[in-house]
Amino acid sequence: MEDIKPQLFKVTIDGIEVEVEPGTTILQAARKIGGDVAPPAMCYYQPLKGSGGKCRACLVRVAAGSGKDPRPMPKLVASCITPVQDGMIVENSTNEQVLTTRKAIVEFLLINHPLDCPVCDQAGECDLQNFAFNHGMATTRYEEERRTFEKQDIGPYIQLHMTRCILCYRCVYTADQITQKRVHGVLGRGDASEISTYIEKAIDNDFSGNVIDVCPVGALTDKTYRFKNRVWFTKPVDAHRDCPTCSGKTTVWYRGDEVIRVTARKNEWNEVTEFICNTCRFEKKKTSDWVIEGPTKISRSSVISANKYRADTIKPDFQKKLAAATYTHVDDERDTSQLGIQQLPPERFAPVLPHANDPEP
Amino acid sequence: MGKKILLEHIDVPGIETYDVYRKQGGYTAVEKALKTMSPDGVVEEVKKAGMRGRGGAGFPMGMKWSFLAKPEGIPRYLVCNADESEPGTFKDHYLMKNIPHLLIEGMIISSYALGANKSFIYVRGELMYVIRILEKAIAEAKAAGFLGKNILGSGYDLELVVHPGGGAYICGEETALLESLEGKRGNPRNKPPFPAVKGLYQCPTVVNNVESIATAGWIVNNGGDAYAAIGIGRSSGTKLISASGHIKKPGVYEIELGVPVEEFIYSDEWCGGIRDGHHLKALVAGGSSVPILPANLITKLANGEPRLMTYESLSDGGFQTGTMLGSGGFIVFDETACVVRNTWNFSRFYHHESCGQCSPCREGTGWMEKVLHRIEYGHGSMHDIDLLVDVSKKIEGNTICPLGDAAAWPVASAIRHFRDEFEWHITNPSEATKPGAVFKGDMALV
Repeated sequence: MEDIKPQLFKVTIDGIEVEVEPGTTILQAARKIGGDVAPPAMCYYQPLKGSGGKCRACLVRVAAGSGKDPRPMPKLVASCITPVQDGMIVENSTNEQVLTTRKAIVEFLLINHPLDCPVCDQAGECDLQNFAFNHGMATTRYEEERRTFEKQDIGPYIQLHMTRCILCYRCVYTADQITQKRVHGVLGRGDASEISTYIEKAIDNDFSGNVIDVCPVGALTDKTYRFKNRVWFTKPVDAHRDCPTCSGKTTVWYRGDEVIRVTARKNEWNEVTEFICNTCRFEKKKTSDWVIEGPTKISRSSVISANKYRADTIKPDFQKKLAAATYTHVDDERDTSQLGIQQLPPERFAPVLPHANDPEP
Repeated sequence: MGKKILLEHIDVPGIETYDVYRKQGGYTAVEKALKTMSPDGVVEEVKKAGMRGRGGAGFPMGMKWSFLAKPEGIPRYLVCNADESEPGTFKDHYLMKNIPHLLIEGMIISSYALGANKSFIYVRGELMYVIRILEKAIAEAKAAGFLGKNILGSGYDLELVVHPGGGAYICGEETALLESLEGKRGNPRNKPPFPAVKGLYQCPTVVNNVESIATAGWIVNNGGDAYAAIGIGRSSGTKLISASGHIKKPGVYEIELGVPVEEFIYSDEWCGGIRDGHHLKALVAGGSSVPILPANLITKLANGEPRLMTYESLSDGGFQTGTMLGSGGFIVFDETACVVRNTWNFSRFYHHESCGQCSPCREGTGWMEKVLHRIEYGHGSMHDIDLLVDVSKKIEGNTICPLGDAAAWPVASAIRHFRDEFEWHITNPSEATKPGAVFKGDMALV
């Protein structure tokens, strides 16, 4: 019988106070508040133990270490791996140094990332694209050669395009933690390091497909879906089936009547809630395979929720000014019925409703 | 003649063998510690000595030892960091190959103080012959009863393991070293938890530099107070300096901390001065990662007082006018050295050695190297200089481990103090790219 409630820690992030359990990281506490208070995360992935700390996108300033010891921390800290203390005061999007550093991190990540979003399957649901749009610069200062790799087939279902990889290590942790034996890893060092299997071995196990879902960019893609469609033309629905291997709970992506892709379900932070098996993911591509539960809830961060990149949704802060100034609205007069998706209802073009956590004007 | 602690018997023939080392008073400290002192007593002496870690960061060794968590039933480990690979630093190599027993003796005492029954010496992979020397020394010490079960009847057991590294600079970072020792890829870990709580195999671990551990024997024999009496203030004791560059007598020297830099460079006892007909131009005082100093700030501080070989004096003035003692890699440049080329060379090293785990270091070190290469080969433009400063600032302090800082500091400091030389490379590309061409502007030379 546990009657004693665990003592909660009070943390202030960007001036908003939140109570969390001891052991929570700053990032998780910030996500509890939500909105712009939550730092971006390119490598941290809550379901994967040990992930985080690598991309440095989530760096925040700790203005006061704790109530007992209110000294600030000397350096910016990675919020995804730093546990909170009672009385801690954190500055995220309110701190100029944090935003400048974040801009630098985008620049670093984009040095060796190709600008091939127009032909990349991940475009529209890409963490890096969102991160760069929210925090990056509109231009680059990097003039030197970029690294490139040949595309690699790792098994019958997955293609690895290392050129796009940002070395978040998520797929390595996924293979370590949810499959029997990991056959891929990081080879090489520094900016010559690459995700690979040793001598192009095929990744072959029932859960290997999950590396596609955890990949924040388009480095690991689904070969059954490659170049089939753009994510914003598809319609996701939650569905399930009786699967002997996994929970069978998935998101099925439709284009018209055709199932073109199956993925695991993701939460609002783009993290898989339940990993699914390869049979569900790659082989059940008929509506009759699935029991449809209903439309998937689209998070505001998704490109499928309309107007994600529209100029009037861009707030004047966060380096978005420049993008807004050069944006010209193009009326979308295409006959979308031909694409097999519903005509977009007019309210989806209405200005986005104020967010609960928007600061008061 | 300064006091010598580590290199006192360096000239004795055969000092690398057990018999000669023993005759010179070796292993008496082990006898004293195990027979008459408690482990905590040894820690107390080291604390009193005020000895600061000799690997580069200068963190007090006694304090590091006292932070070690000591939960019941969980083994503790001592790991000796002998992965010395910083360009310009070669003191541990020298010490291990010449007097291996000094390190073994220090390992026994330190392990005893920390309660470790299995300790590791992680040696840089390139130094295979040193590993063989150490293994021979360990076998000799074991045969003499200083290692193994129930050492000297005290009931204390210790096993020493020498582990060759794979040749990566990053494995000199203590958590990357532990990963590598565990058989994994040598990526630095996120901290906290610190090794003192969760280190090798998730057990409490202390990682110390070779020179720090080797000093433990002297401290036990002579007492912490005697050690603290050497040197100046918080820079107590002696330090091995690896002197190299354009000096008459390069080599490894043991100095009492507090020797003036001017004396160290020009005295015949040590470096012997700049080579004939040349002048001092710049100094890297503590291994390639520390900020470079121009001639007018080497022998004197910004306020005109003489600069001393101490942790405090060398870092006087912060990064504006100071540098760091670091690991003691003392590289002296005369006016024939090109700072741009040298900075590019250092930058190339850090680019090559970045582990690639965190993005600022992985991408930033390569970027800086490429821009420096461009300037060195006559394709630079003026805004490249500001770009370098900006990139180095964006790396510094934002990485998992100090390698990012180590890559950023030499670049930032070279531009801070030698900006005119960078500009000359950009404005006179045809002249600057000639073989051996060096900027001859109105530089302060000493």
